[in-house]
Amino acid sequence: MATATDAAVDTADHGHATSTGISNTKLAMWAFLGSECLLFGGLISTYLLYKTRRGPGPDNTVIPTDVFDIPFTSVSSFVLLMSSLTMVLALSAITRGDNPATRAWLLTTSMLGAIFIGGQVYEFTSFLREGVGYTHNPASSAFYTLTGFHGVHVSLGIVMLMSLFVASKQGKLRQEHSETVEIVGLYWHFVDVVWIFIFTVIYLIPVD
Amino acid sequence: MAVTEDPLALTTGEAATVERPLGVLTRPQGGNGWRDWLSTVDHKKIGIMYGVAAMFFFIVGGIEALLIRVQLAAPNGSVLSADIYNQVFTMHGVTMIFLFIMPLAAAFANYLIPLQIGARDVAFPRLNALSFWVWIGGAIFLNSSWIVGGGGADCGWFCYSPNSGLAFSPSHGVDFYAIGLLITGIASLVSAANLIVTVLNMRAPGMTLFRMPVLTWMLLVTQFLLLFALPVITVALFLLLFDRLFGAQFFNPEMGADPLLWQHLFWIFGHPEVYIIILPSFGIISEIIPTFSRKPIFGYSFMVFSGIAIGFMGFGVWAHHMFVSGIGPLSVWAFSMSTMFIAVPTGVKILNWLATMWGGKLRFTTAMLFAVGAVAMFTIGGLSGVTHALAPADTQQTDTYYIVAHFHYVIFGGGVLGLMGGMYFWWPKFFGHMLNETWGKLHFWTILIGFNLTFGPMHVLGLQGMSRRIDTYSPGFGFEFWNLVATIGAFVIALSVLFFFFNVWKSRRDAPNLPPPGPDPWDARSLEWMVPSPTPEHNFDEVPVIESDDEWWHRKYGYDENRNVVRIATVEEAAQDGSATGVHLPAPSFWPLVLAAGLPLIGYGLIFNLWLCVVGGLLTGIGIYAWALEPVDDPDADHGHDHDHDDHHDDHHDDEEAPVTAGDEEA
Ligand code: HEM
Ligand SMILES: [Cu+2]
Repeated sequence: MATATDAAVDTADHGHATSTGISNTKLAMWAFLGSECLLFGGLISTYLLYKTRRGPGPDNTVIPTDVFDIPFTSVSSFVLLMSSLTMVLALSAITRGDNPATRAWLLTTSMLGAIFIGGQVYEFTSFLREGVGYTHNPASSAFYTLTGFHGVHVSLGIVMLMSLFVASKQGKLRQEHSETVEIVGLYWHFVDVVWIFIFTVIYLIPVD
Repeated sequence: MAVTEDPLALTTGEAATVERPLGVLTRPQGGNGWRDWLSTVDHKKIGIMYGVAAMFFFIVGGIEALLIRVQLAAPNGSVLSADIYNQVFTMHGVTMIFLFIMPLAAAFANYLIPLQIGARDVAFPRLNALSFWVWIGGAIFLNSSWIVGGGGADCGWFCYSPNSGLAFSPSHGVDFYAIGLLITGIASLVSAANLIVTVLNMRAPGMTLFRMPVLTWMLLVTQFLLLFALPVITVALFLLLFDRLFGAQFFNPEMGADPLLWQHLFWIFGHPEVYIIILPSFGIISEIIPTFSRKPIFGYSFMVFSGIAIGFMGFGVWAHHMFVSGIGPLSVWAFSMSTMFIAVPTGVKILNWLATMWGGKLRFTTAMLFAVGAVAMFTIGGLSGVTHALAPADTQQTDTYYIVAHFHYVIFGGGVLGLMGGMYFWWPKFFGHMLNETWGKLHFWTILIGFNLTFGPMHVLGLQGMSRRIDTYSPGFGFEFWNLVATIGAFVIALSVLFFFFNVWKSRRDAPNLPPPGPDPWDARSLEWMVPSPTPEHNFDEVPVIESDDEWWHRKYGYDENRNVVRIATVEEAAQDGSATGVHLPAPSFWPLVLAAGLPLIGYGLIFNLWLCVVGGLLTGIGIYAWALEPVDDPDADHGHDHDHDDHHDDHHDDEEAPVTAGDEEA
């Protein structure tokens, strides 16, 4: 996680010269996110293919679209989107050199992410109660896998944000390291954007 | 998460003598023997480890190939049971592709990319070590299913569902396949991101993208293919694993699943994979042929753009693997057309190689023989490939030995022969001595003859109707003769491989009595030939400044008033001067190894006992944590860079001033 060592501080003012002018880490993050697009692309396609496939038996014919609570999910989606805003505020705070504000916004972002994950856990359990089991039919397998993968991504993001928070507490994350926050922010925004796609595909496009 | 490493700004060398406290978190300082290899972050050592391990798995896959051919040598073969036969050909394919040819290409990529672009190392040296260790962990995991998994996977290398489901494949083989490939996939993904950043960001001053050697270009396209193709098979493998471990319903037709889903996901990855295999070899051929024709590559930009075009088009043709799966006439038409088009950029490359040789002063060294041989064999494979693009012909040929012949001509003929040529070409750079040419030529001719004896007859067998993946056949179909020939051919190939290993041993033994090859034994064209052989740890004494394509060649040769090529500098004069004092290199680290060691344990845990997952997870967690806390460099190391370079390139040294920035990356 973001360990800004003293060595880094010593030399940060040299300016990072790369052939493209973009730092290695940021470019690597872009490459990684490019590949993540295909990962989610595959999962979303699978869901689209399977979203109406009910199982044959009497116990496994309920599919996620039967039991959606769209208002609930809309609220938690809104919470996640707001976290992108607070992430931007965290970045702007650290570029200003305002460390307490940085920490506050990092914490807020993680909390919003955690609320979203909480909502997802609640949703999963209530779906299970209503008879949509992971193994019941292709539609539910695809639903849980897609949203689960996204949930894991959000959780990883929270771990990153909290590590930044801790680093900042230890005085290791300062104005010079704003790019670290920016890179974690890229990841965070990506995960949010992907959720917009997932939300649209699962909840907003009607099934017949 | 880890800290960004800047290879230019870190110290070994003189710093190694500094006293430092011992502790778990102290970075190893580089030493001798095996510890040095286990903790190295040097792209050259990592490249060599990839190469050695890949050759090991070549032997494993080769033994499996020989078993297949022994079984099929005569009708009613009974060396292997039908069940074992399925496992052997599946593991042969999986081993050859994921554990031999891809890592062998990675060996070249790791070793040569930084040298060809004038960099001291890759962008993230520790991540590079991580890629290697993760890959080798996955490779061992995959093959351990022979021992602990009750046999190998038995579903064919593309493991079609529902064949690969629990109903038809109840042993653990497929679990090992899925988890093993997921692990090696992580390795390739990390390495792809690392190498992409390296090529885009770490080029020496003046090394514009369109001055890069064709090999670096082809490797770059390969890394992009990996970056975008691997996540798709990752999805497929996860879905398969969830089906098998947790009872998900992705591939169970009885529950309404679509049997084509796997095929689509697999081939969206699988077709680009063909180019992931072949493009590095194309790049190598594009270095060897100009060198031994004493001409620049003909149509450099065509070479580059056709490579990029192949990269893009490679994603658009996957369903030609599915013509007989019932995807519908419109899809068949579209994919048939697109498949024929992709032959165009490939044809461009072949014409360019021929044009490069045309009128050149040809020298048929072993490397050149392999390169030309690869072009010839690839062309045969390409032609039989175009016949598959015609859906009606494909319907007849698919799943017969015709297709087995076709893809071996492409990946063995085009891919493996090219990589072998690369070994002869760069061996002096890697190890500081040449491979013996006489034995090399013997190696080449036996492999060429053996190869054609093995796979040529398979065209005939396929057209006669011999199915692929049958464990035996009855006498009387006319299959006997050509099968026997193919088996004899396979043993000739095996003999040629023995010649190669003998050559490696002999050349090493003879080396002390022969003149050292020097930096540039072939009078070659690209930057890696500028540095001593074997490459010193810091690569370049001075980071070179690039003024043209084929920079190294232009430093040696100019033109006289009649436009004749004349030598203007000796190797010594052209090679950079200056000394390597004060070059900073990244310190070694054990944490990539520790982190990587956890992953196979998690894999075993998922299959056998969840407690192993906990152990593996802990190991990986400790690896990540310690990695993150490991100083980018020792705090007491001197970060004042040395500014007193003594030559004419002084104003270009900005790159060497690059600082250590702390940042984040996915570890
Ligand atoms: C000594 C050299 C080799 C021989 C004799 C050989 C022989 C064979 C044979 C007979 C098959 C068909 C098995 C069947 O359908 O029942 C096969 C399959 C295959 N081989 Fe090779 N092979 C050799 C080298 C290679 C190399 C170098 C590669 C790749 C780099 C390779 C990749 C494959 C693949 C991907 C399959 C398909 C496996 C499957 O059907 O799932 N082979 N090989
Ligand atoms: Cu294909």
